[in-house]
Amino acid sequence: MELLALVKHDCPVCDQVLPALDQARRQGAPIRILSQSEADETEAQARRLHLAAVPELDPDLELSSRFDPDAVPAVMLLDGGSETDRVEGLDRARLAELAGRAGATLHLDGLPERRPGCASLTRDPVVAARLAARAARRSGRLRARELEIGELEDPFEALFDRGFSDGLPVVPPTPERVVDMLAATSRDPQDLVGVVAPYDGEATVEKVAINAVMAGCPPDTFPVVLAAVEAACDPAFALLGLVSTTHPSGPLVVVSGPLAERVGMNSAGNALGQGNRATLTVGRALQLVVRNVGGGKPGQEDRAAHGQPGKLSSCFAERLADSPWPGLAQDRGVPAEETGVTLLAAESPRLIVDQLARTAQELASSLAAGLEWVSHRRLRLAFDALLVLGPEHGRVFRQAGWDRARVREELFVRSQSPAGELVRGAAGIAEGIEAQLITDPQAQVPKFAAPERILLAHAGGDAGLFSMVYGGWVAGEIGSQPVTRSVAPWQ
Amino acid sequence: MRILDPTRESAPGGRPLARRRLPDGQPATIALLDIRKPRGDVFLDELERLLAERGHTVLRTAKPTFTKPAPADLREEIASRCEAVIEALAD
Repeated sequence: MELLALVKHDCPVCDQVLPALDQARRQGAPIRILSQSEADETEAQARRLHLAAVPELDPDLELSSRFDPDAVPAVMLLDGGSETDRVEGLDRARLAELAGRAGATLHLDGLPERRPGCASLTRDPVVAARLAARAARRSGRLRARELEIGELEDPFEALFDRGFSDGLPVVPPTPERVVDMLAATSRDPQDLVGVVAPYDGEATVEKVAINAVMAGCPPDTFPVVLAAVEAACDPAFALLGLVSTTHPSGPLVVVSGPLAERVGMNSAGNALGQGNRATLTVGRALQLVVRNVGGGKPGQEDRAAHGQPGKLSSCFAERLADSPWPGLAQDRGVPAEETGVTLLAAESPRLIVDQLARTAQELASSLAAGLEWVSHRRLRLAFDALLVLGPEHGRVFRQAGWDRARVREELFVRSQSPAGELVRGAAGIAEGIEAQLITDPQAQVPKFAAPERILLAHAGGDAGLFSMVYGGWVAGEIGSQPVTRSVAPWQ
Repeated sequence: MRILDPTRESAPGGRPLARRRLPDGQPATIALLDIRKPRGDVFLDELERLLAERGHTVLRTAKPTFTKPAPADLREEIASRCEAVIEALAD
């Protein structure tokens, strides 16, 4: 049997117990005393207390981590290296009894009967995070290459210089922050989330966590980011084409379900705008994964002629409490009680104002007219769209009893136009349908390939007779198809 | 400060240029790959005419859609039947 004592230099209770431990050790008792403090601090404490020997150091807090006390002084009774009992803080009777079992005598006269100890250094949040990161590296949970940022470098500038940023400052992805992010999912850090275009980078949970840290994600949003990355890597989403196209579209993440509110996403006023960390960082994390893991960078692989601000981050949460219908993800197969993400290849959103329509028919006609201009009125069948109904518009459909299918069908029919208005050269506009394809100028030509190619969501503030339209990129089997994934497998 | 690498940790290998050029003046079989962008065929028609004038055999091929990479079978067909390929880009 032997005793192992853990102390630190700035603990008054350690100051009270240390002389007794030091004296017993000097008299030959099997006691090993280790300090959690630095060498100079430990030496100063030994001098101050007139100890016969300076306590050993505990490099990297290895033993402190192993025995993991809440408080010091912590005296452990070891039997062949295995702990059989311990006392944390000052408890004269218990300490004396423990020492006795190791064949030692502690002179604790004059000390209080009981006194709580001080927090172990391993309980310091900064130290605990460092230790957790080291443990993660040792166990293989962290495998990403470590990069050193020089002492004279500004870390934020260094991340720009290394090409990791999307043009705005990113949070330095220290191992401590990444370990904290990884704690938000039950998945193994080395699980593969997806293979990311254009260079087929393997997005492991760890790599996604690194980029989520850089994006500024609160850890509880991390499962949403993982589901979004999984969806983006589905071949049906055609991420390679989306990254490399001259079109301005990028991945839009629509979050539908109870988790959105729990992680702090805003689905009400300014839902598509600024001011909400959870929403903005989820969209940004996905784009950083595309940039850093996939390798798609503007001006190189990304050939967008103009791009758009949503290529920094494009994400919003659906307002489901008073929606005319269940969420977009739920409509696409995610169970009602779960949260899902739906990814679309989308442009920037654009407003459709109608402050006068009071019937569902009037509103559908008005919104359909706005939808016809996705990409160009004369480009038909090639582009999908997402219509985000504001609550005041949604109320019109809800009160009329129109469900999602009815609204889609009405929008599909009302966005048709006569072929003669869409032909190349009509009204002096070169763009349009080839004349040889038109046999009847009065024939109605649909804008969309099918009613279900008009996606519907519900979000926005209480006031405002507005809706928003996200135009799509080349759609369907020849282009990008919306992809929905449940967040549950990533929690 | 130490940070974790956010990238896939593999520098692009780069793509080597063709190992050999087609010999000058000798007829060859050349694939023209239409990526299916509007008016790409206009460009390829003209290229086909110019190549034919110089005695080359032209194989016209096309991707199913410009939004996705050429299928493996198509790439294999071009590689096995042709000595060179010209891919038509639009926009």
